[in-house]
Amino acid sequence: MIVADKKPIEEIIEEIKDYTTILILGCNECVTVCEAGGKKEVGILASALRMYFLNQGKDVTIDERTLERQCDHEYLEEIRDVADQYDAIVSLACGVGVQFTAEEYHTVPVIPGVNTCFLGATEARGLWTERCQACGECILARTGGICPVSRCAKRILNGPCGGSSNGKCEINKELDCAWQLIIDRLDALGKLDDYETISPIKDWSTDRAGGPRKVVREDVQL
Amino acid sequence: MNVKTPSRLEKVLAAGLLAVTSECGPPRGSDPEVIIKKADLIKDYVDAVNITDNQTSVTRLCSLAACIRLKLMGLDPVLQMVTRDRNRIALQSDILGAASFDINNILCLSGDHQSFGDCSNGQNVHDIDSMQLVQTVRHMRDQGKFLGGDDIERPPKMFVGAAANPFADPFEIRVPRLAKKIAAGTEFIQTQCIYNLDKFEEWMKRVRERGLHEKVYILAGMTPMKSAGMARYMKNRVPGMDVPDELIKRLAGVPKEKQAEEGIDICVESIERLKEVEGVRGFHIMAIEWEEKVPEIVKRTGLFPRPEIAD
Ligand code: SF4
Repeated sequence: MIVADKKPIEEIIEEIKDYTTILILGCNECVTVCEAGGKKEVGILASALRMYFLNQGKDVTIDERTLERQCDHEYLEEIRDVADQYDAIVSLACGVGVQFTAEEYHTVPVIPGVNTCFLGATEARGLWTERCQACGECILARTGGICPVSRCAKRILNGPCGGSSNGKCEINKELDCAWQLIIDRLDALGKLDDYETISPIKDWSTDRAGGPRKVVREDVQL
Repeated sequence: MNVKTPSRLEKVLAAGLLAVTSECGPPRGSDPEVIIKKADLIKDYVDAVNITDNQTSVTRLCSLAACIRLKLMGLDPVLQMVTRDRNRIALQSDILGAASFDINNILCLSGDHQSFGDCSNGQNVHDIDSMQLVQTVRHMRDQGKFLGGDDIERPPKMFVGAAANPFADPFEIRVPRLAKKIAAGTEFIQTQCIYNLDKFEEWMKRVRERGLHEKVYILAGMTPMKSAGMARYMKNRVPGMDVPDELIKRLAGVPKEKQAEEGIDICVESIERLKEVEGVRGFHIMAIEWEEKVPEIVKRTGLFPRPEIAD
């Protein structure tokens, strides 16, 4: 899923302080799972903002709404009737949702309420970690199912570097060295010999390097 | 092994002589005198001199310019190049730039992570990794082609090196990793600083078991300790460094003002011991900001004078 984290409330206030009617718009997908932008967080942020404006002696209306998805036209249509009643929408969706909402409601300012962080998973309650950088050309079959592009601090395809120590990465003793994990997994799979196959230079044109990407699937187009 | 480049270092090694290399860190400024002075101190005691490439990710004068300086002084520089800061366009371009000054050695590295340096908020590149950089230089030299496939007019003639850390984890992969670097085209290796001689010898044994010592020239990395404090720092703070406690104890056991001397003694003793290890083909003496000690170490270990090599 897409993992996001809450933005500091001061930053959100700085963006919305001059408005008087504001919609806090949550999303029921990834940001709900990572507890940054679902219905619960919409409620918490709305209360905090109401409190803030009350203390400032300002009469500001703050409404709450959470859509099934913000990255989908169909669900964004649900606020069609009300969207332009607001001076601004604070979207707690990921960066995709924020932009899709902004594209849909062209004349209403849409402000991000979270920082979109990475593609990752819930490792434990309150702990999310990165697993994928969406490079567009998956190499997991060759790396024991562990991704050096997202999990090695130097995205080394022929690792580990000389800084790997006690299974940890040179940049942080708390961080697993991706290449230690790869080697352990290859070992467990009885494929340690595969380690000696040199990974060729990667084609990054399917990555961010190639510019904004598109997936076109004519077979499923209407 | 046949000589494939005009590199002085390669010729010394191919002649079966123990090679000596050292390294200079460029200054954090643009004063060329700093490099000239360091080079003058060591030039008669080494076969080639590495120039580090923004080591520990601290911004410095560039390795290429400093290498050109050395070349113009008549030395044989080793261009260190990390994949952290340049993509494949910049890497190939810098290789050609170096080749245009007949810089004949390159050491391919991934580089320390930028979080250690003065630009910890910066991006890193890592378009290719150090092993792929080895492949790239070999491709440019041996095929005379760019990665993109076009011909290079006057291809680079570089002797291609890489680093090896016999002490990094996981240990069981350190020899296969060397094999992989050799398969990528590495011709010489400069190792991480060796303090744990037993572990290094164990690594060399495994290297020999696979016959790798006959496929690559291994230069043992030596860095004399200036003090017990430095030894402790290296042990605790420098990633991938193996400093045994006995060494720290030995340094701490002599008065502070004598510790530097003790550090040199340890370095000399280590070289003497490693000279006997089959497959060690020379020494890479990295006296960090202590270049003036290189002559003493080279002399005391009987590695002076350096051989005359005809161009
Ligand atoms: S220590 Fe491991 S994860 Fe960290 S940069 Fe080196 S190879 Fe990558």
